[in-house]
Amino acid sequence: MTALAKLDVAALRKDFPILGRPVRGRPLVYLDNAATTQKPQCVLDAILDYYRNDNANIHRGVHELSERATEAYEGARERLRRFLNAAHAREIIFVRGATEGINLVAQSWGRLAVGPGDEIILSHLEHHSNIVPWQMLRDQRGAVLRVIPVLDNGELDLAAYERMLGPRTKIVAITHVSNALGTITPVRRIIQLARDWGAAVLVDGAQAAAHLPIDVRALDCDFYVLSGHKVYGPTGIGVLYGKQERLEAMPPYQGGGDMIESVSFERTTFNTLPYKFEAGTPHIAGAIGLRAAVDYLEQVGLEPVAAHEHELLDYATQALGQVPGLRILGTAREKAAVISFTLNGVHPHDVGTILDQQGIAVRTGHHCAQPVMERFGVAATTRASFALYNTREEIDALVAGLDKVRRIFER
Amino acid sequence: MINELYQEIILDHSKRPRNYGRLEDANRQAEGYNPLCGDRCTLFLKERDGRIDEIRFEGSGCAISTSSASLMTEALKGKTVTEAENLLTRFLDLVTKDQTAAENLGKLAVFAGVREFPARVKCATLAWHTLRAALRGRKEAMSTE
Repeated sequence: MTALAKLDVAALRKDFPILGRPVRGRPLVYLDNAATTQKPQCVLDAILDYYRNDNANIHRGVHELSERATEAYEGARERLRRFLNAAHAREIIFVRGATEGINLVAQSWGRLAVGPGDEIILSHLEHHSNIVPWQMLRDQRGAVLRVIPVLDNGELDLAAYERMLGPRTKIVAITHVSNALGTITPVRRIIQLARDWGAAVLVDGAQAAAHLPIDVRALDCDFYVLSGHKVYGPTGIGVLYGKQERLEAMPPYQGGGDMIESVSFERTTFNTLPYKFEAGTPHIAGAIGLRAAVDYLEQVGLEPVAAHEHELLDYATQALGQVPGLRILGTAREKAAVISFTLNGVHPHDVGTILDQQGIAVRTGHHCAQPVMERFGVAATTRASFALYNTREEIDALVAGLDKVRRIFER
Repeated sequence: MINELYQEIILDHSKRPRNYGRLEDANRQAEGYNPLCGDRCTLFLKERDGRIDEIRFEGSGCAISTSSASLMTEALKGKTVTEAENLLTRFLDLVTKDQTAAENLGKLAVFAGVREFPARVKCATLAWHTLRAALRGRKEAMSTE
């Protein structure tokens, strides 16, 4: 193992102004990073700087500001290409987030490629965003949904997946990291197996992008989606990566400005990639902010970040394991920085409220993954999820907070 | 503040809910669901000549929603439908508007603390919205959304 430079977390925390803000009179302990990460100052600066100095609509403008805005927007696209190691910038489509990316693929590619009796494979780990768009497509096209089961430790049953694949499999849509359990799925293997049947693969990377280096060419996936706000960037911006030949064959998802070449009332010819899929004025500031976010993340270094988060995960698993009555859901061998748990006799919402009173932000509920909850026989869990700025002290605060929960409920 | 929310009576009723279970000869029934958190409440009423003779509930939820349902059933047994509707209005006022509504609410006044926790108001009111559906004889599931 190569020695990694340890993160200077104390210094990094200063990059995130919100972390200095007290909540309920206490220092904020932010452990809801799987829902959204906080934003470093450089991201806030990039957005403000764009609006203050370069704001204009992009493309077709002949004036100075429009040229600058276009350059910044297209520069962001190139930067995201590099972040995902895509072959071409035209394979990077800016969308509102992972959800919109999946809907785009389901409606544009899906309506073209999926017919009656064809099969769509998902997993039992999926977020509702990677279930519902495929159900909509299934209902439109008379297709069949098949679901890869989850083992008791939160890993996918790959043997069942292999048996599920067949000549009718058109697409496999799979999460890279489970938002509810933290399981890192073996996407590389899942893609290889799908290839044997000629099926396309979409990877939902919403939970992966902040934690794992992503290389869409090494993965050989057809589509990859991510949300900017989960990777230290702003809300309302995300990326759909698609292989060029897939995207070229697909009809537009929405009609509007920017996605056309010429329009008459008889006929419209569509623009080339990536503009064919970017109808209307895009979220220019969002793309610029996202660029700043991936600049920041790569400057800190994805590998040291992953190592730091893994250490936090191990520490938290140990520490939470000592809390009486606490059960961790999801004990996969490969996990990202998510711990989902239940506390005997206390509903997660009560846990969440009592922790909040101590300035500790966690998520409680079904995490938009009700099938996962049902699989583990619970209605809801409490979820702590970590980012590069979290510390062991914050996990200690969580454990102390849970002691308080128990003290209140054992009265 | 947290101890004002999780008062002893609330914890007691959440751990040992009263009037819990099905009521086989109910003549009014309604289901409540909070899609945000997955809390469920099914309410069974036996109403005769405008009076609630028997009331029970089933469901799953947090301490606030369970204790609210439990205390509600205690408060409503033997009450007329008009009295129940009146109590419903005053309870909703208590958890969303003002302190003065606490008068004459008896044990239910412990839910005044919920006002300070806007995210939890729906937990406290789930059973009561379900009651409204049951009293009005609506068949469809009631949702807090």
